Parts: sequence; C-alpha cells; structure tokens
Amino acid sequence: MSPADDRRQEVTFIVNGEQRSVHVHPMERLLDVLRHQLALTGTKEGCGEGECGSCSVLMDGALVNSCMVPVLQAQGVKIVTIEGLGIDDRLNPLQEAFLACGGSQCGICTPGMIMAACHLLQKKTHPTIEDIREGLAGNLCRCTGYLQIFEAVAEAAQRGAGK
Amino acid sequence: MSKQPIIGAPVPRKEGRDKVTGRARYVDDMSLPGMLYGATVRSQIPRGKITKIAFGPGIAWEEFVIVTAKDIPGENYVALILNDQPCLADGLVNHPEEPILLLAHPNRHALCKAVAAISIEYQPLPAIFTIEESERRREIIWGTDNVFKSYLVEKGDVDSVWANAGHIVEGEYTTGAQEQLYIETNGVVAGFDREHGITVWGSLQCPYYVHKALMALCNLPADKVRVVQMETGGAFGGKEEYPSMIAGHAALLAIKSGRPVKIIYDRMEDMAATTKRHPSRTRHRTAVAKDGTILGGEIDFTIDGGAYCTLSPVVLSRGTIHAGGPYYWPNVRIHAKALATNAPPHGAFRGFGAPQSIFAMERHMDRIAQAVGLSPVEIRRRNFLKPGQTTTTEQTVRDAIDLPKLLDRALELSDYHRRKEQFAEDNAVSASAKASRKGIGIAAFLHGAGFTGSGERTLSSVVGVEACPDGSVRILVSSAEFGQGTKTILCQIAAEALGLRYGDVAIAQPDTIEVPNSGPTVASRTAMIVGKLVQSAALGIKKTLVAGSRLGDFYSPEEFREACRKHVAVHGPFRSLARYEEPPGIFWDDKKYRGEAYAAFAWAVYVAQVSVDPTTCGVTVDDFLALQEVGKVLHPVLATGQIAGGVAQGIGFALYEKVIWQNGRMQNGQMTNYIMPTSADLPPIRVFFEELGNVHGAFGAKGIGELPMDGPAPAIVNALEDALGISVNSIPLLPEDIFAALQADSGELDPVGAAE
Repeated sequence: MSPADDRRQEVTFIVNGEQRSVHVHPMERLLDVLRHQLALTGTKEGCGEGECGSCSVLMDGALVNSCMVPVLQAQGVKIVTIEGLGIDDRLNPLQEAFLACGGSQCGICTPGMIMAACHLLQKKTHPTIEDIREGLAGNLCRCTGYLQIFEAVAEAAQRGAGK
Repeated sequence: MSKQPIIGAPVPRKEGRDKVTGRARYVDDMSLPGMLYGATVRSQIPRGKITKIAFGPGIAWEEFVIVTAKDIPGENYVALILNDQPCLADGLVNHPEEPILLLAHPNRHALCKAVAAISIEYQPLPAIFTIEESERRREIIWGTDNVFKSYLVEKGDVDSVWANAGHIVEGEYTTGAQEQLYIETNGVVAGFDREHGITVWGSLQCPYYVHKALMALCNLPADKVRVVQMETGGAFGGKEEYPSMIAGHAALLAIKSGRPVKIIYDRMEDMAATTKRHPSRTRHRTAVAKDGTILGGEIDFTIDGGAYCTLSPVVLSRGTIHAGGPYYWPNVRIHAKALATNAPPHGAFRGFGAPQSIFAMERHMDRIAQAVGLSPVEIRRRNFLKPGQTTTTEQTVRDAIDLPKLLDRALELSDYHRRKEQFAEDNAVSASAKASRKGIGIAAFLHGAGFTGSGERTLSSVVGVEACPDGSVRILVSSAEFGQGTKTILCQIAAEALGLRYGDVAIAQPDTIEVPNSGPTVASRTAMIVGKLVQSAALGIKKTLVAGSRLGDFYSPEEFREACRKHVAVHGPFRSLARYEEPPGIFWDDKKYRGEAYAAFAWAVYVAQVSVDPTTCGVTVDDFLALQEVGKVLHPVLATGQIAGGVAQGIGFALYEKVIWQNGRMQNGQMTNYIMPTSADLPPIRVFFEELGNVHGAFGAKGIGELPMDGPAPAIVNALEDALGISVNSIPLLPEDIFAALQADSGELDPVGAAE
C-alpha cells in the first residue's frame, strides 16, 4: 500500500530463527513490518525517533531501534525480537529476573529493555552496575526509576544469562 | 487456611509473564477486520473564530470519512466536571492543538498528507498565556473572570499573628508544566453497530469516565456503551481525563463510517495536545516566633488550568489541602485559585497539585530556617504536626505518627549531619577551584489517600467478587492496572481474606459490561479504598458458602474450591458486591473547606545529595534517600518500585523536564528535546518504609502511588541552595537556569542575556 505501492519489493530475513519474506516498500520501518506484517507485536513504538528504545531488536547481534531501520537494511540479516527469547512457558533468565525483581511495571518498555539487557549480557557476561547503567541508557522507562531493572539484569547475569 | 501470609509477600506480578514475554495486549496491538485509522486536525492558533475550512487539492477526499462538530449525535462536550470542553471545536478555538475535524482512512500513510492538506482560516482573538495575564483580566477568555475555581481555607485568626511575630518570612515559588511521558502514547480503537452501540478499547485509567463521556457525546444509553481497558503502558494521570476525548473522536468516526477506527497518537501529537501538570505559583507570608514556631500565615496558591476547566478544581483542591505541609498552623488563611489561559488544558499528573504546593512549602521552610537562624532540620522538628493536633482544614491527626522520629531515621540513613559538615568544608576549600560543589537537602511532607473530602461518598464505589463454575474466585473492578500493580495487590487482598493461595484468585480485565464501577484509578485510592472493598466482597463469598453449609470455619484452599464449585453447580455463578460506606465520624464541609480531607495520610522525609559542576552548571543527584510511612506495605517489590519510579519523576520535575511554550504551544514536544532521566542520570534511590497501619485500608494499607512525586523537587532545590549558597525558587532548573541564577546572585552579568 504505502508509502508508494509501485516501489514494493521482496525483502527476506530471519526472524527468531525462521526465514520470512515480506513484500514491502523498501523505506517501510522495520518496526512496522515486524508489527503489522509479521504480527510480532511484542516490539513497541514509544517515540518513533530513536530516543526511547522501546522498539529495540537485535539485528545480526547488534542492538537497533527498529523505528529507525528501513526494512531494506534487513535484507539477509538475523533478527531477534522479544518473542524469540522465551519458549512457550519457559522464560529466558532475563525475563525471569525482570519478573522477580520488579523490572517491569507497565510493561511497555519491557520488551525493548530486555533486548537491550540481552545485548549487554552478550557483550559482558558479568557487568558492573556502571556497565548496566550505561548499557541501558538508550532505553527509557518512566515507571521504575530503573533500579529494579538494574537488579534484574544483575540477577540474570548471576544466573548465567550472558553465557 | 493459607500457611504463609500473602500480604507483604513479593508474589509475582499477576500480568507479569505477559509483559516480559511481549504477549501483553496494548491497544496498538489490536486490529479489527475492516479497521480504519483516524487522525485529528487541530487548531494552529491559540484563540480565534474559525472562518473557513478548506480541503486542498491532490487528495481523494471521497475516500475519507470526515467528521466535524455537526456530526455529533449528542452533546458536544467531554463530560467531566463542568462539561465546558468541546469534543470538537465548533466555530471557536481556545487553545493551540484544539481538535477541530477528524479524518479516517484505511491507509495510515494517506492520513498524514490529508491532515496537511486541510487549511483552516481564523479570525484571531487576543490570547493570554500566564497566570499573571489571566489574573490581570484584560482579556476574559473563560467565564466572567478567568477563574475556574477558587477556595478559601481559614483556621484561627491570621490577622492577629503579625503584631507578635519574631520574624515575618515571605517567598514566592513557581513550578513548570510537566509532561507525563508514559512510554505508550494515548490511543483507542472504537467499533459501532446499531445492536450493541459503541465499544471502545483503550489505554486508560478510568473506564467509567470514558463510559459517561461517550453516553453524552453519542447520545446512547448506558447499555449501548462499552469501554474496555487494554493493557496500559503507563499513565501517571495522563490517561485520567484525556481518554474521554480521544475515545469520543474514534467513536464519532466509527459511527459515521460504520467501521472500527483506531486512533494512536504519535509522540509529538501526544506531547503537544494532551494534558500536563499544572504550572503553579505559590506565595507564602509567614509569622514565626523567635524560637522558630510558626504562629500563622497566608498562603496564596494559584495554578494555570489552560483553556478549559477539565479537572482543575480537584487538582486545585489537593494542592490547597497539602499547601501547609506536615506542620502545625494554629492560624492560617489559604487562598487558592485555578485560572484560565489559552494553553491546552492542564490535567492530572501524579500528585495532582500537591507536588506544586509542597515544593513551595518545603522551600519556604528552609527560608524560615535562615530567617530564624535555625537549621533546616530544627525548624521542621519544631513545627511538625503531632497526633491530636489539627491540619489546616482542622482535621485531627489520628495516626500515631512520630514525625521527629521519622526525620531522625532519615537523617541517620542518609548520614545527613556528617555529610552536611563535610560538604561545607569541601565547598569552602574548593571555592575558587573548578571542583564540583556539593549540597544536601531535606523535604518533609504528607500525602492524603483517596478522594478529597466528600469525594469518596459521592463516588460510592462498588466492587464485586465472583464465584466461578470451576470453584475459583474472580475480582471484578474497574480499577485499572497500568504498572502500579493493581491486579497483583487486589488478588493478594482477596486471597488473604479468603485463606486462599495467591494463584487461586483471578481478576477481570476492566470492561464496563462485566465489572461494576469501583471508581477511577486515581488519587492513591486503589490499595486503600478499593482494596478494602475487595476484602469485604471476598468475605461475602465465604459467608454465602458458610451459610449454605458447604464450608466450615477451617478449610484448605482445595476445600474452598470444592465448596465453591458445588455451590455454583446448584445455584449458578454468584457475585458478592461491596459498596463504599463512609467511616463514622468523618465530617467535611465543602463550603468552608473544613474537616476530614482524607481518610488517611502517608508521611515522608526525603533527603537528596547533589553536586554541581561549576563550569557547566550541570547538577548530579548523587544519592537519594526516601523514607515513608505508608501503612502496611502490601507488596515490598511493587511498593519499592512505586517509590523509586516516583522519585525519578520528581528528579525530572526538578532538574530535567522543561516545557518550552510559545503562544500556548509546546515547542519541544519530542523525546529528543524534552528530556526525562535515563538510567545513566539517576542516583541510587534508597527506599525505606515505616508501617504504622491504618484502620481504613485493607490489612492496614494506605495510598502510596502519588506520595513519592511530592518530595524530590524541594529536597533537591534545598540541596542546591546548600551547595551554591543561592536561593532558587522556581523549577525546573536546567543548567542554563542555574547559570542564570548564579549570575543574578553575583550581579556581574545580565542573567537573561547570559543564559540566552
């Protein structure tokens, strides 16, 4: 449909381990493609300008704001969204820790925050509190004041989430 | 019976799994067959007559659903207190961003172009933008005097105190607008058919407020309006009244098109058009005895309500009642008024007027301390309310609260005295160097739980608990979860009341066809007022089962479930309802503004430590201590999260969050240039509780949600004064404001010119 129908093309990438092809305008935001075409609504929009991090996903291991990524850039990449972390009723240790420590209140920033934490723990398996503060500084949370999020990330690291 | 208490235990958040897995359903995650997207065309000017609406070329207008005020089937207002705010402007606009016309289309992208292609011509009228302009009354933009509401609180004889005063201390304090900045913007989906009427799914705090507004707007009876709260991504008051507006818009488009319509604001629209915290100005004139005892005073509290009345009278009310702080005033006169300006209406935001008047009170206490020659600690200690004394509204303090003790504990936990001394020494040594300057400040305050005065009596909330066919129980309330833990604590309360396990109790999603009206989810009332009703309603289920001889006095959760299942199998599912009843001995006089303003107060002392970089004037909060008495803590993790999150917003209120206004329009309506604290900005926020209990709340709980918004700003500004030796009385204080204040103090440079 849009922004201009005639420029649609095929883009293929792997999402949460599964190959997906979408027929889209190349400048469509990755965020919209994930949410509208692939029904992966766990990724949230908070600001649409790359400030809040609610739409964070992993793209070939890098943390990106999916509202800032034209879908064409996703050709051939591996994407992981929040839906790719927990398998059925088995939560990822980060999800477990967010639940136990109070890292999620209203929940809207939570998927992006957990993806950012996941990225952090992949780089540093045992981050210091300063590492966590810096590592999550691109993800805004209006509810928690972040402290219980820090606790959750530290707790998850303790449980080996970064391995 | 349950072995371990559920109250006070850190049970998992009821909807937590859905939130951490991304499965929780927010309104923008919804899609209905044939759904259109809606957009709003808004006023570009602050005030004027609409002379022409032109639909520009290049747009296939026949594809669009177009709604104006003429399409409204019922009354053109957003039903609230005075019903003065139109749902769509009809010929006249009173603020920038006022909604004028609505569009809907199947393609989201087509909408943006169409909105831009509509041009509106106006005959502008003079507009006013500040409290001062409004009270000058050169332009009357609302009513006969620009005054939405005023209150007068009088206790004792203030006029008699000035003659004997050892000191008379005066001060003026101002606070700015603040954006709630929930990470999920306002949004709704509306559907309409003749048989069922209108249904709205939305991100909202108060399903029955929206229900009431839609009945009036759409001219539909109660049973033809259904409001469903979706998972709500933060609210903080910002989804108290505004959802009635956006729901009305989506409903009008759905009625006209016969198709479901989704409206989700983008961040800029949300920040520009929706409510913010009321800007305020407070003037204190206080008579103090030589020993520092407050003899009496006059407080003038004024808030800027924006262009329509909306909730300003009740925001003003809470601010007025909290204006005297946790201190004993033998004589006081409080004048309060909410004034109209041509800005988008200001509205509910956590604290609801109290953060504004408490900022003034707590800054003023430090000023009084200086005038008398006492420390900030001692001046507070000498004036704290004691049990048996009365507040400014002559409410007797019945809590066994020991504020001097609370203060002492806060000082000890923050190592206040040692640090204050240390900072003074360090600052003196580094006065000429480029080292940062440090300071420490305190704020003492109280926050009333529940609606003010006769509010709870008027609301007359109802709560239900239902016995289900499988023998489980389910709570039915319109009280919404938006991060605070509503679902979790109410299930804890019902489980504890019935001797069940936490997992045995479920809670319905607020949906007006299913749940009774337990009132709006505001005013720190959910734990205390609604919680107590849930406790009563839950016990009603047990009573029925006991009366039916299906249950004895002692039972296991399994036995309860079996008894419940059998009873439902014979008699069908049943509900136990509980309605609010005013506690005996509660007296409130709305005319004189006197009496029991709140069933309970929470009490707190906060201590902030700051450092200021002398080169950049950047302020860092290095440590924050939050100690409060909140009755029984129902859930330690949730309660700590409420306090830490509120403190973070309070730090933003003081140091980061500045709305730049130009002709009534927010100029920095983006997360790029309206800055809230990030994880790298905040100090360790150390949260401690005292638990005195409270007879009015479930298992002794009081309100907690708004309290932490009140203290951080004054504690931080008091710490800034300690660090810099200058008195600043206006927030927010961004580095450029501190620079300007320092320049003004030294008298060397033109502060305004320097700051710009």
